[in-house]
Amino acid sequence: MENTNNIEKTDKKEEASTHKIGIYLWIWTLLFVLSFFSYMVDWYQFQGMLRWSLILFFMFLKAGLIMAFFMHLFWERYALVNVLLWPMTAIACFIFLMAAEFQYTLFSRLFYFVVGGGA
Amino acid sequence: MSEPKIDGFELKPGFKGMASDTASDQTMFKGVHWGKAMMWIFLLSDTFVFSCFLISYMKGRGSTPVEWPNPSEVFALEAFGVPVPLLLIALMTFVLITSSGTMAIAVKYGYEKNRKMCGWLLLATALGGLTFVGMQAYEWSKLIHEGVRPWANPFGAAQFGSFFFMITGFHGFHVSIGVIFLFIYTYKVFAGHYEKGKKGWFTKLKGDYVEIEILGLYWHFVDLVWVFIFAFFYLW
Repeated sequence: MENTNNIEKTDKKEEASTHKIGIYLWIWTLLFVLSFFSYMVDWYQFQGMLRWSLILFFMFLKAGLIMAFFMHLFWERYALVNVLLWPMTAIACFIFLMAAEFQYTLFSRLFYFVVGGGA
Repeated sequence: MSEPKIDGFELKPGFKGMASDTASDQTMFKGVHWGKAMMWIFLLSDTFVFSCFLISYMKGRGSTPVEWPNPSEVFALEAFGVPVPLLLIALMTFVLITSSGTMAIAVKYGYEKNRKMCGWLLLATALGGLTFVGMQAYEWSKLIHEGVRPWANPFGAAQFGSFFFMITGFHGFHVSIGVIFLFIYTYKVFAGHYEKGKKGWFTKLKGDYVEIEILGLYWHFVDLVWVFIFAFFYLW
């Protein structure tokens, strides 16, 4: 690690700040493959937990690859990465709250459709 | 993305580095162009907007006792007389990922000051985005012909239309804005604005190829949002 750092310092600045094209081509190919797989989930009409877990798995993998390599977060300093990623926990909380909410709404709709409201 | 070097300040890696960067009584994002930091913060706020749309879609879909329209039938397309599920959506995904890849490589060539390659790849990205918007316009008009409205549709739960038009419309709007800026920056790169040191956007400072990375962040974000829309709206 020490040696490579020294070599990069002596290089021109613009060369030190780019990555080899291979990494982009690899991520690009992976994104195509993962998209193909997630399309196959629909093609073969997987249902239930298998469908949802596969969809989420491919989705997070694709999102992670795009953010880490295409958006360069993998190479950024933690000060930036953490400012960007921690607010996502607020979204996770919101999803959790609204999931509880829609179950209650559905329950009360079905309940009052059967029992009848007002009276 | 580079390793910044600041005189008189030791840049530590990892969480220790985060603590010392934040407490340094200087700029917090070391080696990050101000425009790039602003773009990231804009994208963070945009993430919240799209999250609210998708969460309201989850709430709407989950709370209706009426059957939700089956996306793989609603979005099926006839190819050689056979209905193929989600064909158009798969093609749109393909086009958007292709343009995301060309963008990533355009950023790389931009930093290497390879003006021609950067320009051509930006143009390819812009054309990919334009194709995407065209396919989306086709998809919208097809569904509108089939009677899908924000308040009703012939396939199932009435909420389907409003979520569909709102979410894909807002995403398509982002793509359209991105395409406009991609064409502008294709011109700027081919015209050699960064070699001549012309001023950048919203500033009197000289423009630089870092602007291509900032544009790239926006474009990859559009692709990122599509990953989530594809998963939750079309596949779920």
